[in-house]
Amino acid sequence: MSPRAACRLQTLGFTDVYDYVLGKADWLAHGLPTEGEHADVPRAKDVLRDDVVTAQLDEPIGAVRERVARSPYGFAFVLAKDGTLLGRLRKATLDGDADAAAQDVMEPGPSTVRADSKLEKLAARMRQHNLDAMVVTTPQGRLLGVVRRDDAERRLDEADAPGL
Amino acid sequence: MATRIDLDGLQELVAGGAQLVEVLPRGEYVEEHLPGAINLPLKELDAATTRQLDHSRPIIVYCWDGL
Repeated sequence: MSPRAACRLQTLGFTDVYDYVLGKADWLAHGLPTEGEHADVPRAKDVLRDDVVTAQLDEPIGAVRERVARSPYGFAFVLAKDGTLLGRLRKATLDGDADAAAQDVMEPGPSTVRADSKLEKLAARMRQHNLDAMVVTTPQGRLLGVVRRDDAERRLDEADAPGL
Repeated sequence: MATRIDLDGLQELVAGGAQLVEVLPRGEYVEEHLPGAINLPLKELDAATTRQLDHSRPIIVYCWDGL
């Protein structure tokens, strides 16, 4: 739709016209602010935590294990140099051979959601599958953080509370 | 053809004073739109409705996902 609109504006005499082709879907998925009647619907971005532990592909997991131990999480994410999420290191894996490279023992391709995902649906999904957290990335796959189930449920309770 | 831009390009242009135009139907705009965007639905784009736009500043159009 936007390419046609841009073309129409040019035929109407506007010369400096740009087309944000990825559109509102892209903006929302980056967790950026919006205006409008639905702008206050609780979404993943509202409770996003970015304090997760990350590791490089060739990093020995012994070093990652120490960072995870100092964090509130029991896992780490393996990222490419540009921040693209490539894998996850669960606690059981981190307890293995300390010299193993992250990329050799990671669980590749963890499931992700977008920052604009509605919190109500995410919380229901986490309850249904007994998940403690879900991973949030940009549409390009760059890690933004995690949504914890307890955070999501607390935020939804606040949204439901009268007078808030 | 208009110049295609990504999120970085959009943010740079908006910081420089570009006008943001959502071309989706009014109902979708009312629900949620980018900060500062105005609504000119594709079906209503003509000389009269675009009179509110400033010819001297860049214009960025967007819909849901470019389709």
